[in-house]
Amino acid sequence: MTEPLRKSVLAVGPFHPLQEEMEFFQLTVDGEKVTDVNVRLSYNHRGIEKLSETLQFDQVPYLVSRVCGICSASHPLAYVQAVEEIAGVKPPERALYVRTIINELERIHSHLLWVGLGGHFIGYDTVFMWAWKYREPVLDLLEAITGNRNNYGNVKVGGCREDIPDDLKPKILQELDQIEKKTEMLTKAVLDDPVLHARLKGVGVLKREDALKYAVVGPTARGSGIATDIRRSDPYAAYGDLDWKVISQPGGDVFAKAVVRLLEIFESIKMVRQALAKLPKGPVAVDVKEIPPGEGCGHAEAPRGETFHYVRSDGGNRPIRHKIRAPSYVNVPSFKASCIGADIADVTLTLAAVDPCYSCTERMAVVDSHNMVTHDHEELLRLSREKTARIMREIGTAHLKLEGLRI
Amino acid sequence: MQHNELDKQLSQIRDRLAGIERKADNRVFLPCESENVYEVCRFLFSELGLRFVISTGIDAQDCFEVLHHFSDDDSGCVVTVKAFVRNRESPELDSITPLIPGAEWTEREMHDLLGIRFRNHPNLQRLILADDWPEGVYPLRKEMQT
Repeated sequence: MTEPLRKSVLAVGPFHPLQEEMEFFQLTVDGEKVTDVNVRLSYNHRGIEKLSETLQFDQVPYLVSRVCGICSASHPLAYVQAVEEIAGVKPPERALYVRTIINELERIHSHLLWVGLGGHFIGYDTVFMWAWKYREPVLDLLEAITGNRNNYGNVKVGGCREDIPDDLKPKILQELDQIEKKTEMLTKAVLDDPVLHARLKGVGVLKREDALKYAVVGPTARGSGIATDIRRSDPYAAYGDLDWKVISQPGGDVFAKAVVRLLEIFESIKMVRQALAKLPKGPVAVDVKEIPPGEGCGHAEAPRGETFHYVRSDGGNRPIRHKIRAPSYVNVPSFKASCIGADIADVTLTLAAVDPCYSCTERMAVVDSHNMVTHDHEELLRLSREKTARIMREIGTAHLKLEGLRI
Repeated sequence: MQHNELDKQLSQIRDRLAGIERKADNRVFLPCESENVYEVCRFLFSELGLRFVISTGIDAQDCFEVLHHFSDDDSGCVVTVKAFVRNRESPELDSITPLIPGAEWTEREMHDLLGIRFRNHPNLQRLILADDWPEGVYPLRKEMQT
């Protein structure tokens, strides 16, 4: 008589005090292999959609910039575009350029943040330190422009609140040169590193057809060979006037997603330079008195993918319905396609490759239903790092391109 | 897909729609009765190859509206299917999750927050509300005060 297969349940989440979102991943595992994924979210539901119905149209941007600290430029932009669509308002040219510059700076800092965390999860803490160090000047620039490192509060219906002063231009260009140089070094180091190739290629593959079924967006879609980008397909702000490329990679694995993000940083730098060069003269806002009845859809390409806002007005001074869809809402369910069949050691990285909020990966527990053995976050991080170390030993550190990297 | 190209394609399902409304340059709304929603979404997703974006559930006082937003990523046009769920006592609508797995969460969310039941949904469990939230209380309905 054969014994029935023993199934273990791996619980990932839900509570971590440092993150703004909490999610709970329940992974069913058979030995080392993941066989099913169940996600539970909303442990910290803030009711922003309902809250928005209680605020006036011009107060809502401050609320939605707090949907996510990292995407705090793209959420209000998508909302504002929806309202401008209802009101038939065209913001001045200069405001469109200022919006573009702020949104691209946001993308640069968000992608660098991801590269750093990705490095941390596989045990490349030098990458983590580098990437976060190079991210700092971007936040400083955003602070110089808007007054805040995050939650910029700069976009409003009809334009922008703050202009970019002309004397700030040289400083932005100078910093961009530095950031470009550093990112080039980081990108070369990652692309040439045999250990990273071995560790990231073929891991957490999201096939093109699965990407379409789960309707994923942003670098998650572009890493699976789907070259979709709202900035290109439905150009908003000043994106239609700029010369840039949509980066996509066919692999669908973690490596492809990393390459997409790294190369997108260069495109963003290019866009900010062009936008600064072309920055038209004039005001940055027009007066908007009232919002007529109607409905509008606004979307913007946030660092993690399309952010979508639907707004309905009845002619009063508050929205009667405001729907918000952040990119992770469609990207996270694709774990069902990319995690099943994966090793536990790769799960941390696969989840991280989508760039959701990290609450999920910060607190984990492996619960074995028979022996009640519990592994925590450290244990899973150790598994992930051990795999990198094993690959390093197999390849031999003599080939290591990232000098000074040790686990 | 160009504007007139999309309009031509949409005319194929004209008899299932109550209208084709172009509300802005790149925004099309397709109001329809609830029994047609699955077929209209199938046409947009499987035949025209549009990307599913998200759904919005609205308590419009006299009925519920379920909006399925799709995006044509060639032209950037957002196509919104607007289904009217007229039975307020026990609101029901065909699920589109069997067709589009990416719609699973948003339908569960509307079930939680508005109390709309989605027929043929593979897993209509709670997503947003806590396990101990009382049955029959729906936060996004207009009678719920903030």
